[in-house]
Amino acid sequence: MALLQSEPIALIDQLKTVVGDGDLLTEPEDLIPYGFDGTAAMKHAATCVVTPRTVKEVASIVKIAGAAGVPVVTRGSGTGLSGGSIPVDGGIVLCLVNMDEIIELDPANLTILCETGVITKAIDDAAHPHGLFYPPDPGSMKISTIGGNVANNSGGLRGLKYGVTRDYVMGLEVVLPSGEVAWLGSKCVKDVAGYSMKDLFVGSEGTLGIITKVLLKLVPRPKARRTLLASFDSMEAAARTVSQIIEKQIIPCTLEFLDRKTCGCVEDYARVGLPTEAAAVVLMESDGPESVVEEEGDAMAAIAEANGAIKVEKAKDDAHATRLATARRTAFSALARIRPTTILEDVTVPRSRLVEIVNFVEEVGKKHRLEIATFGHFGDGNVHPTILTDETDKKEMERVEHALSDIFDKTIELGGTITGEHGVGLAKKPFLPRQFSEASYQLMKQVKQALDPAGLLNPGKIFDLPETKVS
Amino acid sequence: MSEAKTLTPLKYLGDLDYSVVQQCMHCGMCLPSCPTYLETKKERNSPRGRIALMRSIADGELKVTKEFGEEMYYCLGCLACTTACPAGVNYPELFENARAEVEHQGVLFNPERRFWRWLTLNQLFSKPRLLRAVGRLLWLYQVSGLSWLVRKSGLLWLAPKNLRELEPSTPVVQRRFSDELIEESEAPSGIRYRVGLLTGCVQDLIFPDVNRATADVLLENGCEVTTPRLQGCCGSLHAHNGDLDQAAERARALLDRFDLSSLDAIITNAAGCGSHLKHFSNLLRDDAAYATKAAEWDQKVKDISEWLVAIDFRKPSKSDTGEAVTATYHEACHLCHGQGISSQPRELLKSIPGLELVELENATDCCGSAGIYNITQPEQAGKLQKAKVASLQKTGASLVATANPGCHLQIQNGLGDSATVIHPVTLLADAYRKERKS
Repeated sequence: MALLQSEPIALIDQLKTVVGDGDLLTEPEDLIPYGFDGTAAMKHAATCVVTPRTVKEVASIVKIAGAAGVPVVTRGSGTGLSGGSIPVDGGIVLCLVNMDEIIELDPANLTILCETGVITKAIDDAAHPHGLFYPPDPGSMKISTIGGNVANNSGGLRGLKYGVTRDYVMGLEVVLPSGEVAWLGSKCVKDVAGYSMKDLFVGSEGTLGIITKVLLKLVPRPKARRTLLASFDSMEAAARTVSQIIEKQIIPCTLEFLDRKTCGCVEDYARVGLPTEAAAVVLMESDGPESVVEEEGDAMAAIAEANGAIKVEKAKDDAHATRLATARRTAFSALARIRPTTILEDVTVPRSRLVEIVNFVEEVGKKHRLEIATFGHFGDGNVHPTILTDETDKKEMERVEHALSDIFDKTIELGGTITGEHGVGLAKKPFLPRQFSEASYQLMKQVKQALDPAGLLNPGKIFDLPETKVS
Repeated sequence: MSEAKTLTPLKYLGDLDYSVVQQCMHCGMCLPSCPTYLETKKERNSPRGRIALMRSIADGELKVTKEFGEEMYYCLGCLACTTACPAGVNYPELFENARAEVEHQGVLFNPERRFWRWLTLNQLFSKPRLLRAVGRLLWLYQVSGLSWLVRKSGLLWLAPKNLRELEPSTPVVQRRFSDELIEESEAPSGIRYRVGLLTGCVQDLIFPDVNRATADVLLENGCEVTTPRLQGCCGSLHAHNGDLDQAAERARALLDRFDLSSLDAIITNAAGCGSHLKHFSNLLRDDAAYATKAAEWDQKVKDISEWLVAIDFRKPSKSDTGEAVTATYHEACHLCHGQGISSQPRELLKSIPGLELVELENATDCCGSAGIYNITQPEQAGKLQKAKVASLQKTGASLVATANPGCHLQIQNGLGDSATVIHPVTLLADAYRKERKS
């Protein structure tokens, strides 16, 4: 493949004619900060970064890259947790944060149309005054872009009741590897005209096309909410409580779990009054009409108590409830207080198997002599075992590799998935074949080859194709 | 690579404990808090981007270049990122060491810059007597009508452009400085605590009345106040501008002026100073003669509002204050982000009879003063000032309370006559005074 290094001047000049000097970065001081995303211990130097402002510019860049045979890695704010937006050798980094306009909020159809670089939280903030709600709330929602959320099909704290990003995507504008611009989907609630192509691009991690606009569904904003905090003296009791809540067919908005280590770190940062003595804490939030919220809250409290909860307390008021949820969103970063390197996983199992995976993670930590903190969206069966380690300690990092491998194997054995919401990227790429039969793994590759035959869009992410091996 | 490569061995970023750099896990939570990132949306202008550059330098992947130097000086040092950072990255330490490295390597060298740095950091703000003498001259210049004459005559055009642009906003120097307004020792009738009072440098020249008000409220609350003479700059100006050696020198000078063991607290009323003063032990870590004293000092330094709330200050009683006045509160970066002090100044304000406190939108956003940032980066500082003034005007408040001389000047310049900027402690001292009158 012709890499950027072979003909740098010509390519840079061509890009410059498209975006101008201000939106093209080539100096080392500019490039170094684009060598990573939010994933631990992963970086790769960027060769150039372009920050276009229109879909026309994006299309031109893709065409130039195609003609030169140069790979393109698309990114937003770079908060990804699987290394999906880490640059590849000689490639162009296409950063879309400047395309950040909310184009249309349609209160009659309950939709919002945004450019790809709009910040996730800004979407819900725009919906709020209309009594509307955009539920997906990944931990990074204050800075993550909607394009990144769609490309990774991000989850969040409210996935249990409201689903994930995919459930809100009604339409997408996509720049195809050829540089053509395609519109997929519509404002219609029902639309079965041909393949559901938009769904192919949701979670495609920038390997099939470049998402430039997103049409999202909004829902009525819930009238009331109630937040409870239950603490337990064992992780197992907490996991059992969550499994039973689901079994009793209660679907609250949020069922979050934090172990003692996580609680300690979050409390150290946020000071919101989390119990730091308990072995496990479950944050439960129910939202909807006043009466339903009351009923659900009482039922969940009763189940927690029946499972031996040490304490069940209500959030003092709305502001306190928001503070608790906000604090929970910082869990991953707050855990970085303990050791230099924080490796976060997002394995997900059927909810009836929660107790097993939580116990297993604990055993793995002991077996490989590693410090592992666990938190996660228990209501979704989505667990975040977080290994607290030091990337400069080679021996310990070997043990980390073994531990991860063990956790992934167990997850698959329990009928789970190695990634619930962060995507495959680079971090989970080696483990993906374990989860799939040969037929389903090949099917994904065939889709990639059909849409991007030259293999120029984010090559080496999710899987390797023979001709695009990128280390 | 940029042209300005240098072979000078790293002094600051190389010696820095690597775990401080490693603490940043580049999650990006800092990005939405950073005024320069929000302005440009370029990663190098963000906290995690700057830390990545520092780490590259420590790892030997990047040399200290002019570009790097400029980036470190584009950072406001507002520390909003430290409040946003769940991982607890010690950005102030990284930032100060990075700027010190930039100066050590001389990548931003030019004769004019060196002259101004020498004049300010090595002369004016290192020599308390000289600073006061210059302050006197400036006062004379301002009151004698000479400043009017210079402006009218066009003589100002002889000055360098940035100085010329600043001249109209030059703060007004006061006739009497702190030492003339406050006795070296002042005692209340019943002594509950013994405290030392820091008079600062800018505060001493431009706002000595705030120092007097601070002494007044301390006396009112049973604190015996010791105010050593001729204190000078605490060194925060030096530390924030890449001169850690001179900062250490200023710290030692200040430590020598106070008899720490006899004092319960050292009181400061300037946020920028306070946030620096509380970390002398970092600065003097390797100085055997001062390290222990510095550690005790760090424990005893308190912002005036922090101290008053801690000792449960006496709320002024209601008096016939006439019409109610509306005030709002702008949080100085180095008070809220640098020291985590947010509720205490509001408690002070709420205790004042006849004062209605309205909350300011984005109260913790930097006003662009940021030490001498408004001089070095007038464009970015101007944008922040404009945004701050706009949210202040939305409140309709006639008083803007803030607890840092830099913010005070920057905001007053931005507001013009539409509202008055005032230190919370001045308002509290007034309230006590009115009590006595009624």
